[in-house]
Amino acid sequence: MGFFLTNPMKEKAKILDKDTVSRTIIRIAHEVLEKNKGTENLCLLGIRSRGVYLAQRIAVCIKKIEDKEVPVGVLDITLYRDDLTLIANQPVVHKTEINFDITGKTIVLIDDVLYTGRTIRSALDALIDFGRPKSIQLAVLVDRGHRELPIRADFVGKNIPTAQNETIEVRLEEVDGRDEVVIVERD
Amino acid sequence: MPWTRKDLLGLEELNKDEIELILDTAESFKEVSTREIKKVPALRGKTVVNLFYEPSTRTRVSFEVAAKRLSADVINIAVETSSVKKGETLSDTGRNIEALKADIIVVRHNCSGAAAMLARNLTISVVNAGDGWHEHPTQALLDIFTLKEKLGRIKGLKVTIVGDIAHSRVARSNIWGLTKLGAQVTVCAPRILIPVGIEEMGAQVTEDIEDALRQADAVNVLRMQFERDTGGAFPEQLEYFKQFGITRERLEKAKKDIIVMHPGPINRGIEMSTEVADGANSVILEQVTNGIAVRMAVLFLVAQANEKTKRDENPD
Repeated sequence: MGFFLTNPMKEKAKILDKDTVSRTIIRIAHEVLEKNKGTENLCLLGIRSRGVYLAQRIAVCIKKIEDKEVPVGVLDITLYRDDLTLIANQPVVHKTEINFDITGKTIVLIDDVLYTGRTIRSALDALIDFGRPKSIQLAVLVDRGHRELPIRADFVGKNIPTAQNETIEVRLEEVDGRDEVVIVERD
Repeated sequence: MPWTRKDLLGLEELNKDEIELILDTAESFKEVSTREIKKVPALRGKTVVNLFYEPSTRTRVSFEVAAKRLSADVINIAVETSSVKKGETLSDTGRNIEALKADIIVVRHNCSGAAAMLARNLTISVVNAGDGWHEHPTQALLDIFTLKEKLGRIKGLKVTIVGDIAHSRVARSNIWGLTKLGAQVTVCAPRILIPVGIEEMGAQVTEDIEDALRQADAVNVLRMQFERDTGGAFPEQLEYFKQFGITRERLEKAKKDIIVMHPGPINRGIEMSTEVADGANSVILEQVTNGIAVRMAVLFLVAQANEKTKRDENPD
């Protein structure tokens, strides 16, 4: 994390703690089911890396609510980015794992933070190379504003207005050892 | 760790982490070739020039397919039909290609060090697709990738390389790569085809094929490059097959699931029998498939590193 060494970050506020993260995910699961009237043709697709864990958790919630399994796929959008040379740390290319045919399906894309919208733009490009879904919806844990593209989320965990010099960090048990969402500020 | 080299010239200069980064990246790229639309936009707008001074079909086609699956534009220059015939030097050719605003040159040349010389003289990326008897890094990388895919690891493996070691850039790159990742390499060939000093690269030497196969987890069988025989140094073909050819009988004395590799093209009945080439232990065609993923990874990494260097030098 050399980036953090050269740009010291200060934690400003905790927005969601463990329990609120969990309740928020349950609510999103209910909203996804409500909007789609159940699980028929429904597939979840998590965007690497934290979107994947969110997708898996939403799938677990859906199983509890409806007693139905929904397929979960993993999307790596590195190869579709438009800013590969702009980012400080070289992203490592990971695998995309979609073990089901997406054609005709209702796909819910899942990511942790919605910001400029460019990740979602890349994800849409990637997704369409795999087939022709009936529709694509977007679920995010946090919408922090500052969109640069005409993209919006269908399901939002929490809207958090931020300044440009702030960053939202979503931490999840599976990768970070704990569940929380914090605002950090660059000095 | 990030990849910072604008060129890939050989495996000798790479460290273990860099080799592993290429292999890991290649693993991710392998999935692209299984899609219905076998293409990602990672190198869209980039131009890759294949500059081949030696005949090659599989390496050139593999690089071409790799570049196209990354959405790059590809130009193939075969020297038989180019101005090199009119006396242009390699570095002049390189500078002309750079002036065309190409981004990556993939070069194969019969002189050792040709790729390194081009890389020094150009700001665009250079990928070595084989230089003389020196190195053929992407072939070794795809061999290692295939081994790792089959056996789950490289560290601790015993790998035997059989054939014309002396004239083989494939052998040299494999020895560098495999030993850096912790494998034990044995080379096996008639004494005259074993170069002096090969032990210093970390390889053991034997002239006894059965001895070389006995403990091996994998055997990489090199093509006998009879076209390089200028002074009668090569054994007669049938004699070679009798002494060093990989046959079913010989494999029966080796580990049951020994992996048989060959960089191609195969001379059936000289390096190995048809039975072995098409048999259950052979991964020769998987090597070809994996070659695309490995070359995609290499093209992607050098292009990305070069872009980053350019940005760091001219921040806007």
